[in-house]
Order: sequence, then C-alpha cells, then structure tokens
Amino acid sequence: MRKLTYREAVREGLHEALRSDPRAFLMGEDVGKYGGAYACSRGLLEEFGPERIRDTPLSESTFVGAGIGAALNGMRPIVEVMTVNFSLLALDQIVNNAATLRHMSGGQLSVPLVVRMATGAGRQVAAQHSHSLEGWYAHIPGIKVLAPATVTDARGMLLAALREPDPVFIFEHSYLYPQEGEMEDEAGPADLTHAAIRRPGAGISVITYGGSLWKALKAAEDLAAEGIDAEVIDLRSLRPLDGDTIIASVRKTHRALIVDEGWRTGSLSAEISAQIMEGAFYDLDAPVDRICSAEVPIPYPKHLEDVALPQPATIVAAVKRMLEKGT
Amino acid sequence: MANEPDRDKALRLLHDMLRIRRFEEKTAELYSGGKIRGFLHLYIGEEAVAAGAIPVLHPEDAIVATYREHGHALMRGTPMGALMAELYGKVDGCSRGRGGSMHFFDASRRFYGGLAIVAGGLPIAVGIALGDKLQSRAGVTACFFGDGATAEGEFHESMNLAALWKLPVLFLCENNLYAMGTEIHRYESQTDIAAKAQGYGMPGEAVDGMDVLAVEAAMRKATDHARAGNGPSLLEFQTYRFRAHSMYDAELYRNKHEVEEWKEHDPIKNFEGRMHEWKCLTSDDLVSMEAAIAKEIDEAVAFAEAGTWEPLGDLTKDVYTT
Repeated sequence: MRKLTYREAVREGLHEALRSDPRAFLMGEDVGKYGGAYACSRGLLEEFGPERIRDTPLSESTFVGAGIGAALNGMRPIVEVMTVNFSLLALDQIVNNAATLRHMSGGQLSVPLVVRMATGAGRQVAAQHSHSLEGWYAHIPGIKVLAPATVTDARGMLLAALREPDPVFIFEHSYLYPQEGEMEDEAGPADLTHAAIRRPGAGISVITYGGSLWKALKAAEDLAAEGIDAEVIDLRSLRPLDGDTIIASVRKTHRALIVDEGWRTGSLSAEISAQIMEGAFYDLDAPVDRICSAEVPIPYPKHLEDVALPQPATIVAAVKRMLEKGT
Repeated sequence: MANEPDRDKALRLLHDMLRIRRFEEKTAELYSGGKIRGFLHLYIGEEAVAAGAIPVLHPEDAIVATYREHGHALMRGTPMGALMAELYGKVDGCSRGRGGSMHFFDASRRFYGGLAIVAGGLPIAVGIALGDKLQSRAGVTACFFGDGATAEGEFHESMNLAALWKLPVLFLCENNLYAMGTEIHRYESQTDIAAKAQGYGMPGEAVDGMDVLAVEAAMRKATDHARAGNGPSLLEFQTYRFRAHSMYDAELYRNKHEVEEWKEHDPIKNFEGRMHEWKCLTSDDLVSMEAAIAKEIDEAVAFAEAGTWEPLGDLTKDVYTT
C-alpha cells in the first residue's frame, strides 16, 4: 500500500495507458500546456508530446465526436471533458453516435472511446458547475458509466476502460481530486462488473457511489459508535449496475438507504429502489429510503450548498429513522 | 466547363447517375406499396454530386454521409441488394436491417453512415481523419452534409478543428437550398457557403453540383490538396432535390415553378445532351444501360424479398460488443 492523491492516481492511469498502448492519446480542453483543469495530466505533454497530448478548442461536441471517429479508425482516444456541466454540449455525439453506432450498424462498428469528466458539487462553484448528471448517462444503453471513488479505482478503472471495445464514461467527483488514499500494491486494471462492499455490516445497506461514498462511510462510523452496523456498498459501475450485490446485501440487512448526489426525481436512486422492489421486496423490513440532492439548482453560499447535498448527518438521521420505523 | 471525357468514362458517369435515380424511383414505389417504412429521403436531382465525387476516392479513404445517402452507398460499391434489403429491414441488409434508409453502413468499404442528426457526422469525420494522421495512413475522409448543417455549431467547430490540426477532411456541402422546408435565405446570414471556408483559413469553392464533370474536377483538386498534407477544403455543390424532403413532406414551402426551373438543369438529362453533342452516346447505349439497371434493381428487390428478419432473440445483440 502507498499513499497518493486521487488526481495522482488518475495521472498514473493516464501515464500507464499512454506508455503501454501506442494507440492511446489524450485530448481535451487544457490537458496539455495547462496540465489539466484538475492537474490530472500535468507533465504528460512534456513526456509524450503534442501528437498524443492534444489541447483542443472549446468545442465539446466536436472533440468528443472526433474521439468517436478516431476510435472507429483504430485509435484508443481518452477524451477529457473538463466537467460534466460542459459535457451537455456534447450530448448529441454521446447519445446519437457513441451509444448507437455498434447496434445500428449491425455490429460492424465499435467505438472504443474513453471519456473522463469531473462531476459533483461541494466546492461553492454554483449552479452551472455543480451538476451530478452521471445518472442521466447511466440511462443510455450502448455506453458504460463508471464512478471511481477510491484511488485504486481512479487508476484501475481507467486502465480497464481502455481495454473495453465500447464507449466508457468515467465520472470523477471533483471533491476527490486532492483527497489522499491508499493505493493497493500491484493494482492493475480494475474489475468493472462488481460493486464493492466498502464496509460490511448487518443492520442496513447504504448504497452509494463516487463522492458520496466517503460521506456514507463517515456516517457508518458515527452510527457504529451508537451500535448501528451499516453495510456500505460502492456501486463503482453505474451502467451496468451490479444488481446481484445490491440484492444480496438487502436480503442480509433487510433495509436499504440509497445515497445519490443526483436529484431525486427520475434518478439513479429511483432505479436502484425499483430494482430492490423487484428483487427483494419480501426481504424488506422497512421501505427503501433515499438521500439525494435537494431539487434546486445548487446555490453558491456554503450554508445553502451544504444543506442541498447529502451529508453524513442526514445519512445518519435517515438510517435512525428507518430503524425506528422498522420491525 | 470541364473537358470532354472519353466515351467509356462518359458512359460510366451517365450510368452511375441513372442507376441512383432508378434505384430511388423504385424505393419510392416500394414505399407507397408499404415495403419500405420510416423516413425515406430521396436524392433525386442531386445524383451528379455522389456520382462525380465518390469515384475520386481511394479504397483507403473514408466516407461519412447523411440520412440522404442512398446514392453515396451505391457509388461506394455496396451491393444494391444489401441496400434494398436494408430498406426492407431485413437481416441481409448492409446494417442487418437495423438502420433502414437513414443508416447505411459498410465498414468493409469505410462507409461510416448514414447519420441522421444534421451536422452530427462532421466531428466524426474529423476524428477519422485524425486517426489516419496519427497512424501515418494515407487516407482522406470525405464528409457529405447539407446546407442546413452549416447553421449548426458542429459545422463551425469541425471546420475549425480540421483546419487547426491540418487534417485530411473534405467538407462536401450538398447545397440544395433548403434546410428541410426552410429556404437558405431564411436561415443563413451568409448564404455564400463556400465563403465560410475563409473564416477557417481553408480553400472553399462553389461548384455546379448539377454538372458531374465539374463535381469530379473540384473533388480531384480538393483530394490532391488533402493528400499532399495541406489540410481540409470546403466544397459547396450547388444542387437541388426534385422530390420532397421525405415521403411525409407536402412541399408547402416551395412553388412548382421553381422545381420545374431546376429540372431544366437535371444532371442526367443535361449530361445525356452533352454526350449527344460529343457524339458518344447512341440510343442503343441508353436502351442497354436502362435494361442493365432495371435488371440489377429487379435482382435487388428479389434479394430483399427473399431476405430474412433478424430473430427476436438477437434484439439486444451488439448493444455492447461483449
């Protein structure tokens, strides 16, 4: 085990990808000279040169589309869209092209494209820079959606994504970049198919991903001090979802709380809740509950932003409420 | 006007245009008969663009086209039967029947669609060209789009990026004067499309898109430019569709007089006339050409009719590779 920050882990992943696969290249806004808006690609331009580390114009739709084209033509592009907020400008390419080309062409084409972007709120950057739209992306068949929450996954999921023959979208919570974590020794490409139980427990299943994982773990710690034993599941992959791990956990704990920084209505948390109803309804001792962001554009001032987002205290309160209600 | 071609070449060009037209006339008939459904956008009137431009390309070059791409796929060499079967929705189609009229694909001929979001193909063309450049391959990428696409952001973004990175992309605008039902004067502040190339520092040329030889000559110049490593060009082929936008279009937005006037410039009739002037076309030539095309179409229809439906169990196949 060794300590490093999440952004260093992403950089290691990028470095490893570029070093080991001559077809891999990185493009996006400010990935080269600037070193990446979140400093994930610092030093890569100097090492790999401007052909493989390509600064792009502010043309999200076109550089994502160009990634699709290059992927169709034998390359392994890694496209950095600075934030999920800007990815909305590239939705046409993502939804209409990346997700459809393989199926629509009868299997003739494949799009081995990796798109990375920062997501999430919590840094007082106001409504247009605080979206958590990974749940939207998870709605779309034809793409895979990942949300690495740990440094080991930040590096390993990127490496695994590059081995995928289909488009993979990686959502990195912006709050995590400066956070330190323990990288597992010899960590290679990550398994992309299974959720991880980050804290085993018997009293309730807290199902979450990405930046919210750390809030859920903090809440679980606080609950443990009060004798409540929460199991914390890190989804890791949002599409496909590992329903088996969720259902197995709920069958064991008989209670499920979903923590999702996306808005509640029509959200990924709603999908998970539905899957629990479909797969484990008779195992439940209490209704499934959800902690999501308030249904508002995320506001700038800290006191309002804090209350708009899932927090350890709200998770703790929800768990206690559920346990009181249950049998 | 371009130089007089030799007889064989002239006959080939005439055949290619006529073949597209007769194929599409048949598809319109089959649409009315219920064999083909969904959207069907006909290219009739615009045949000189595909027939002139596509033979200039090499096998290693790539094509990205639009939802009005029957002619382009025919010119690229995808068998007519596979195209007809695609229109029928049969598994024997060029996209296993999953795409229909708007989504012809033929990876073996580097034909990347068949894309139905206006201007959505331009970024992909830029990326294919980038892929060629990064792998030191010789190919150029020909990207067809309509005049309506020039109002989209992706047109401007793609022109900028291709020029910035000096990529071998041919931006080929088929200007038929209408973005679906809206005339170009009603949606463009600058209706001189070729002039837009100046803003990106690339060559731009307006070409008579009803003249197959003019199309070919302009295309040759632009591909030579790209192959020499000088980057992209924009060609504006001025053309006109004689039919409605799609089979659903009641054509309330243009008058019949305008359509009749443009039919005076019919690329096939005009080229036939010029071949007569050059004395390289006999009535026997025409009769045998029509007969050969009719036979090919009959065979394509028979192939599509005999085709099979994709099994229901394959519905989710190829959403992902694995």
